[in-house]
Amino acid sequence: MRLLTHNMLSSNIKGVSNGFPLRIEVEKVVEKQVDLNADFLRNMFPKIEWKAFVDAAKTIGYAELPEEVDSSALESEEFLNKFHHALLELHLEEGALVCPETGRRFPVSKGIPNMLLHEDEV
Amino acid sequence: MWYLCMFFHRLLDYRKAEVESLAELFLDDKDKQDKWSSLQWKLPLHHHPDSPFHYVSLPSEDVARSIANRSILVKGIYEIWGEGSSYEELEESIRSYPDERKLPYLESGTTFKITVDSFGKVISFQDQNDRIKGFTYIPFKGQVNLKNPDHKFWVMETDDYGSSNGLPPVEGRRIFFGREVGGADRSLLPTYQLKSRNYLGPTAMDAEMAFLMANQALATPGKLVYDPFVGTGSILVAAAHFGAMTMGADIDIRVVRDGRGPDCNVWSNFKQYGLPIPVGLLRADNNLPPWRPGLKEVFDAIICDPPYGVRAGGRKSGGRKLLKGTVDPYTVPDDKRTDHIPSTGAYSLVECVHDLLDLAARMLIMGGRLVFFYPVLREDDNVENHFPEHPCFKLIATSEQILSSRYSRVLLTMVKISPYTEEIAEAARIKHIDFRENHLKWLEDGNLHSAVFSPDPQLTATGDSKLGKEPKPKYRGKYV
Repeated sequence: MRLLTHNMLSSNIKGVSNGFPLRIEVEKVVEKQVDLNADFLRNMFPKIEWKAFVDAAKTIGYAELPEEVDSSALESEEFLNKFHHALLELHLEEGALVCPETGRRFPVSKGIPNMLLHEDEV
Repeated sequence: MWYLCMFFHRLLDYRKAEVESLAELFLDDKDKQDKWSSLQWKLPLHHHPDSPFHYVSLPSEDVARSIANRSILVKGIYEIWGEGSSYEELEESIRSYPDERKLPYLESGTTFKITVDSFGKVISFQDQNDRIKGFTYIPFKGQVNLKNPDHKFWVMETDDYGSSNGLPPVEGRRIFFGREVGGADRSLLPTYQLKSRNYLGPTAMDAEMAFLMANQALATPGKLVYDPFVGTGSILVAAAHFGAMTMGADIDIRVVRDGRGPDCNVWSNFKQYGLPIPVGLLRADNNLPPWRPGLKEVFDAIICDPPYGVRAGGRKSGGRKLLKGTVDPYTVPDDKRTDHIPSTGAYSLVECVHDLLDLAARMLIMGGRLVFFYPVLREDDNVENHFPEHPCFKLIATSEQILSSRYSRVLLTMVKISPYTEEIAEAARIKHIDFRENHLKWLEDGNLHSAVFSPDPQLTATGDSKLGKEPKPKYRGKYV
């Protein structure tokens, strides 16, 4: 699971009002090289919840992202490279996503987060 | 300018829709706003709407070439120099075509090739040569090069060869002479054909259809395409081929996580073709999608083949007995939570499509496309087909593929034309609760499986299904 996916997900357990961001439990992180596509990064940038993104990156061991940023940063190649690396090249291979409100663990195994709810959570 | 577009005689209903979608991709914004906002088509003289020959009006040769080269169903797009009902008429027509359009392609120092093609009949090699030799009135100054010519010229013929050849009726002979502007590269179909795919499921999408879907969705580099019923990823493979970033979800964790081993899973289906793997794959229920509140307008396109209960049924969260009401809601004991496998219940087509439209309305960017298959029972022939509707979407193309005498599937292409409002979200939430509370009613209403597989009522009543029903015209192309 890449941080892009993490940034889009929340705990949707019945009754939970603030299921975002999911806390990351790390067991194994892998790096995979991906070609940089600047258009894609520019399209995605405004959709990203930045604080959650920076925190998630730190949790999985990447602390190079600026705490605060606006769209003018997209002009900088250095920023694009960092953004690209954090968004698409770091994978949470094994671990879990934890609901901030209830503590429910959504396991991540072989890179796939399992977001399916139990019977009493729907 | 008018160009002749010759299609492969396949998937007849998909042909114009594909060209129209690709025009959207290759026309510039100014053109789209004025006269090219919708493409103009016209049929050549004597031609039936199901004929492979159609004239289409396009602003430039570059646009025509781009469309043809990316398409799957266009055999070629041609600048027509002349046409006629006989070779004498054709000569007259070519002679009167302006020299300034012809001469640049006839100059010495260029190479060319003439190909004779016919629709509905094979022309012998000898006859082909005779026809080519008949074009001495065109002042070709270049060299012939059959392998890699600069300019390709085509002679294309159709005639009324008798009615029983399974092809659309032709009223009379028509001959075209034209210069090829571009043509489809169908060599990608053998590359991507399913039988070479490592990891397959029972409902993997055929490669040709997957490419058509990706074209309808305008997949291009820099875009994000989502499939909520991703399965083995067969639709996303086509989108990735055209450069789009892909993301997929499925409720079946075995498919998305495990596949059939380390080199036989969804990831390997992308690696096999050297395509970038999806940016995200997750296990999620389309009925209760886990997207964070406030996340919207993030996908450029959503492409999918929803489970409609004929070959594979949909599933959603909540146990079968729980949804029926035969067991009361229960709590999973704490010591069993960690490895608990949640049960799922049947997911009716109506509910599935409702959820899909709601998700797409929220998650697609303005102008983004939703492309999906919708099943139709063919008994409703006379009734106007009722496709799903949504206030955020405009339906721009419907293409039918007949699957059996009882049902067919229609590829629907919708464009998001208005934003997802609070009111729409609230209406969707109320509908969601209605589906939950009246689970059994909705399940029965939407049961397509029994309609497709139960004995034909007409057959049992009369003993002969042919009685009383006017047979619809059948062409080979309609069934493939």
